[in-house]
Amino acid sequence: MVAVALFVEGDDGPRLLGSRCRGCKSHHFPRHDTCPYCGLSDIEARELSPTGVLWAWTAVTAPPPGYVGAVPYGFGVVELPEGVRVITRIAEGDPARLHAGQPMRLILEELSRDNDGVPVLAYAFEAAPAATEPTP
Amino acid sequence: MTDVAITGVGLHPFGRFEGTSITDMGVAAVRAALAEANLPAGRGAFQAAFCGTAYGGVASGHKVLGRLGLTSMPIIDVEAGCASGGAALMLAAGAIRAGQYDTVLVFGIEKMPKGIIRSSFFEPWQEETGLAATPAYFALRAQRLMMTSGVTKQHLAAVVVKNRAHGVHNPDAMFRKEVDAADVLASRVVCEPLHLWMLCTPNEGAAAVVLSRATRPGQVRLVSAVLRSHLPGSVLNESTPLSGLTDDSVPSPSTLAATNAYEQAGLGPADLDVVECQDTDAARELLSYEELGLCPPGGAAGLLDEGATSLGGRLPVNPSGGLLSKGEPLGASALGQVVELVRQLRNEAGARQVDGATVALAHTVGRGANAGVVILTR
Repeated sequence: MVAVALFVEGDDGPRLLGSRCRGCKSHHFPRHDTCPYCGLSDIEARELSPTGVLWAWTAVTAPPPGYVGAVPYGFGVVELPEGVRVITRIAEGDPARLHAGQPMRLILEELSRDNDGVPVLAYAFEAAPAATEPTP
Repeated sequence: MTDVAITGVGLHPFGRFEGTSITDMGVAAVRAALAEANLPAGRGAFQAAFCGTAYGGVASGHKVLGRLGLTSMPIIDVEAGCASGGAALMLAAGAIRAGQYDTVLVFGIEKMPKGIIRSSFFEPWQEETGLAATPAYFALRAQRLMMTSGVTKQHLAAVVVKNRAHGVHNPDAMFRKEVDAADVLASRVVCEPLHLWMLCTPNEGAAAVVLSRATRPGQVRLVSAVLRSHLPGSVLNESTPLSGLTDDSVPSPSTLAATNAYEQAGLGPADLDVVECQDTDAARELLSYEELGLCPPGGAAGLLDEGATSLGGRLPVNPSGGLLSKGEPLGASALGQVVELVRQLRNEAGARQVDGATVALAHTVGRGANAGVVILTR
């Protein structure tokens, strides 16, 4: 688990820990105590939807500084139904296998183990299985 | 209002210089600028100094001026990511306009390690989990530009070909060899759609500019020096947020800075003769065309295709070769652009001269987000 409270693991899978401004109704991720969009501090904690659609994506082919996982890895933006776009790892290292608007769902990835053997987990999105795609 | 003139510029070439310290490079650039400005030797020639640097460390500017015996006046390091030099210029110009000083030295210095830039802007957990991959953020922006504007990978390669062709004529650039589109597309993919040669190289260098109260006609005038930060909302702007909104109407920091700069100058994009813009990656240059108002939204590929932004075109962009040829020493890059444009306006740019240039714009944008726009006239 990374140091910042970004997600929880519930019985029905992981959820991102976000927040919502009671004034302008915008959602935030990670949690804010002041709304970055309108400046109001009237904020409620929210767990964000675990599904969304793919908005932008790429793959990182060389390890960036400080990274503890393997390359290549997917990286992109998933748009959630709350009207929030989230920067995230994508559990697909080949950009050609993804397409815009593709349904995605939240997972947790184990990147490595730290010195105490504790898994380093990261939130990520993977392509949702076909069964969960809405029929056209 | 007091007019601000640029009376001298100096540069230490951008590249890799083993055995040359960041201070050495700063000394070289400052010496050259002071000599051009014809300032009397010794303390008192300028009343303040601003030094742009992001990786230099504590009191980097003092170390440079200490070597020259030019201390005792205020010396202030300025950090605003890739726009550090633009920020330093804004502060210096404002101080002269306000009557606080007659002459101010502005310089930028940097010596960066090879490879992907490590930035304290990211939290340790972002680094651990691979979310501090700077080129990946550039790639997402490039992909969205391609999805929404008709820009193709061929256009990205064409930006590199153009800027590298310009860089051949710049003795201060790191890369001085022409490339063709096939070479660019054959370089390895760093983050799809960006290939290695579509990304600029963080490197080393220094640039210096002397600003003074304008005293006579014919001097290069600094008519705008604006720095803006981002409005929150976009997940793709250089503030590298972890989330954003689905609202695509939020203006970028570059657009905010350009709008202010044009207003201050009483000029518009149609008045420009030459531009140096942030080409940290090839798509960044094309996006800058739109943000600076050089073309309508969606018009960047067309502007490039018609050759407008090549030397000899109607609005050459990055005649210096851009960061794609020069490399990007963060604290020095914005002032490097200004040095180039001053030489253009003085008709001293040799083989890369833009004929008859009288109005020039420099643009930088980077972490923060910070965007700087500078307009010069002669």
